[in-house]
Amino acid sequence: MKILHNIKYDFMGHRKVAMVLSLTLILIALGSLFTRGLNFGLDFTGGTVVVVNFDEAASVPAVRESLEVAGYNKLVVKNFGSSQDVEIIVPQQVDAETGVAIDNAKLSNDMLELLKKMDASAQITKADFVGSQVGAELVEQGSLALLYAMMGILIYVTIRFEWRFSLGAIAALVHDVVITAGVFSIWQVEFDLTVLAALLAVIGYSLNDTIVVFDRIRENFRKGRKATTEEVINNSIGQTLSRTVITSFTTILVLMALFILGGDLIHGFAFALLVGVLVGTYSSIFVASTTTLALGISREDLIPVEKEGANLDHIP
Amino acid sequence: MNRYPLWKYVLILVIVAMGVLYALPNIYGQSPVVQIKAKDDAAVTESTLDKVKSLLNDGEIAHDQVVIDGDTAVVKFSNLDNQREAQDLLKKQLNGFDTAMNLKPNVPEWLENLGGSAMNLGLDLRGGVHFLLEVDMVEATANKKKQLRSDLTAALIKQKIPKKKILWEGDSLVVGFRTAADVNKALDLIEDDFTELTFSENISGDTFELKGLLSEQSLRSIKENALEQNLITLRSRVNEVGVAEPIIQQQGLERIVVQLPGVQDTTVAKNILDATATLEYRATEIHGAAALQAHASGRTPPGSTLYFESTGEPIYLKNRVIATGNQLIGAEATIDQQTGQHAVNVQLNSMGANRMLEFTKNNVGNFMGVVFKERVPIAKNEAGEMQYRSKEEVISNASINGVFSNRFRTTGGFTQKEANDLALLLRAGALAAPVQIVEERTIGPSLGQDNIDAGVLSVQIGLAMVLVFMLIYYRMFGLIANIALTINVILMVACLSLFGATLTLPGIAGIVLTVGMAVDANVLIFERIKEELRDGNTVQGSIKSGYEKAFSTIADANVTTLIAAVVLFAFGTGPIKGFAVTLSIGIMTSMFTAIVLSRAIVNLIYGRKKRLKSIAI
Repeated sequence: MKILHNIKYDFMGHRKVAMVLSLTLILIALGSLFTRGLNFGLDFTGGTVVVVNFDEAASVPAVRESLEVAGYNKLVVKNFGSSQDVEIIVPQQVDAETGVAIDNAKLSNDMLELLKKMDASAQITKADFVGSQVGAELVEQGSLALLYAMMGILIYVTIRFEWRFSLGAIAALVHDVVITAGVFSIWQVEFDLTVLAALLAVIGYSLNDTIVVFDRIRENFRKGRKATTEEVINNSIGQTLSRTVITSFTTILVLMALFILGGDLIHGFAFALLVGVLVGTYSSIFVASTTTLALGISREDLIPVEKEGANLDHIP
Repeated sequence: MNRYPLWKYVLILVIVAMGVLYALPNIYGQSPVVQIKAKDDAAVTESTLDKVKSLLNDGEIAHDQVVIDGDTAVVKFSNLDNQREAQDLLKKQLNGFDTAMNLKPNVPEWLENLGGSAMNLGLDLRGGVHFLLEVDMVEATANKKKQLRSDLTAALIKQKIPKKKILWEGDSLVVGFRTAADVNKALDLIEDDFTELTFSENISGDTFELKGLLSEQSLRSIKENALEQNLITLRSRVNEVGVAEPIIQQQGLERIVVQLPGVQDTTVAKNILDATATLEYRATEIHGAAALQAHASGRTPPGSTLYFESTGEPIYLKNRVIATGNQLIGAEATIDQQTGQHAVNVQLNSMGANRMLEFTKNNVGNFMGVVFKERVPIAKNEAGEMQYRSKEEVISNASINGVFSNRFRTTGGFTQKEANDLALLLRAGALAAPVQIVEERTIGPSLGQDNIDAGVLSVQIGLAMVLVFMLIYYRMFGLIANIALTINVILMVACLSLFGATLTLPGIAGIVLTVGMAVDANVLIFERIKEELRDGNTVQGSIKSGYEKAFSTIADANVTTLIAAVVLFAFGTGPIKGFAVTLSIGIMTSMFTAIVLSRAIVNLIYGRKKRLKSIAI
């Protein structure tokens, strides 16, 4: 069985179209990120989320009312999974006068007490409370993690390849992360800690793809045929295309299994990776190499000077 | 050309066999158990086992086996209801023992003897509570400053040096005097007693001041002590609740992580944090055999109260309190230079010291006991008032060997552990910095089980789809890749079990993701082989150069992914760390299975066929 083997296609010839597409997507993503922002989950904003289970189907308005009567406001109350489960989201409380965040770790217990009066079968199945300070630290740590991961990769690729390649790889990474985050922003999908982990995994994955193409470009340059840089890159992408597609396909297969069957807690994670893998596959073909080409890569950059003579002997 | 030497095959076989062996403990499942441990840390004996068995039989609670594991007794049950009933029963009827509910893997003995153990399940998979606590360091420092100021004031009064003022300016304690002579005199007398402060004189015009700066080191040690003290008290209180394998750990400089697997009622857990402890030094009225006799007859000597020691023996202490916990400055375990025995050094503040001096003057040779009192809020009653459970226990009873005041030493044939425990309890009864919950995560047990089911199902389905695809697409080589992929999952599970890593839901996601990515190495190799074949290379030559040429690509691609995983591990907390661990392990095991193992199989099948014309790839 063969699909897409050794494609002779002028990928670089279409780089202008690809660039316009990528830039448009990035602009849309950035626009949404700046105007709508991300729908940060509890992990980052702080606050309380409680899922309460009742023996019989619970009435969401009744739950809301009994809590509002007790003085809780700005609540989000909705069914969670089944009609017996109710999710109550309490945003971070802020002192009206001082503007200082108030943390109430006992909120979940107080609420349960109230709900037990309404229906004695009430039971907490899941309760998360995150203090305001912890959330703020996470944002800082998360951004730092993204930054350090990129720096580490930049250094490694520069050592193993060449600086133009590492910039190409980083361009592809930024492209993937921005567009994936953009998708979360546009559809306001909840962005929690596991999604951040997924974004970092996207970095690893997208890079994996990019490196495979780069590796082939380097190899083809070193073979020393008298092809233009553009032709070498086109050939390299064509030669690795079948692998790129097959690997992406198998990864997407398992991600679909996670997305559909993995349960609510892993939903956001699987979704972020699905988007990331799709965008990453595209970027390793059209963004990484295009950037490297635009930076003016040429055969001489990849052939070690001292080995030039040795290399010539291999040319038939 | 495509042959491995025999030792390579043997080595691969050994690694795979080890992998299977250490992954094996995970297939036996887990049973609910109740663990029984003696309060005084003594080993559980056969007679205890018999008692447990007869209690369970009398209560008609079905149980599987009762065995001794280390110094605890473990009772296995076939369902959670029996476990809960047994726990309630044993808690009530078995005196002198702590009981705790737990889940234990049913690993067969021969496997356990080989060091095999099942993966630990994270809280999101087994249910339980996770707390992140922050110690109030501002409060801790303020308490210490208050104490230093009152101690210094008392010391000056004792030495009869008149002062104009004494107050804190930032981290400096400033004492104003009337004359320069007073400044010098005060410095001479107090410098050695207040090592936390670095003193300097400030004499100019009509100001005669002594400045005691709280050094960086002292500030740090105040914080370290506050944290440690909270760790200790939390540990002892959590043990009291009966949670098996609780995790109580320091995180960073000011935080404590508390994980209580299996605990559902978070009220109980949170109340632990609101508990207050104090202690009281009191004269002993009667103890030992006389106390036993009095207790048996039910006659309490007038002016005294009945208490129990931690061993369960009765003891009567006088009602008058000599010193209390908030007069205690410090307590630390030490070794007596003269006798070589373990002892506890205690330091009291001036108020406590005066009363101690007054008491010991008239009571040399008598006994003095320490009562540890703890109040733990339980729940609100119907009227909305908080109900408390209090615990009062005599933690030390020692004879007074001489007259002493602010510093003294308690000996009593302690082991090192006993000395440490006493010192910690004494400190726990002193002023501690309050803690505050900054993060809480509770997962119900049913949700935990749902998470496991969903996770396992998605791994199975994901793996099955990939296996089918590879088989259709690469035929014989697909089969080889599938064997490699399956062994990769087994090796990952084996590594996680061996390292004692904790499996969480994101950890499962990591496994699933590696399954998807692990085929990548094989895809790279197979595509390369196909290319070589198309270029007219011989079959054997194509296999060889396919593996060789793909190697550097695979290595580069995996190292970069590893960099991302390491960064995730370094910056992540809890769930993210779990994901990073499985991802890193998966990358490494997949390199082995996809490159070395699959090559070994290819070599075994095709390596000896010299005139191989075609392969199913």
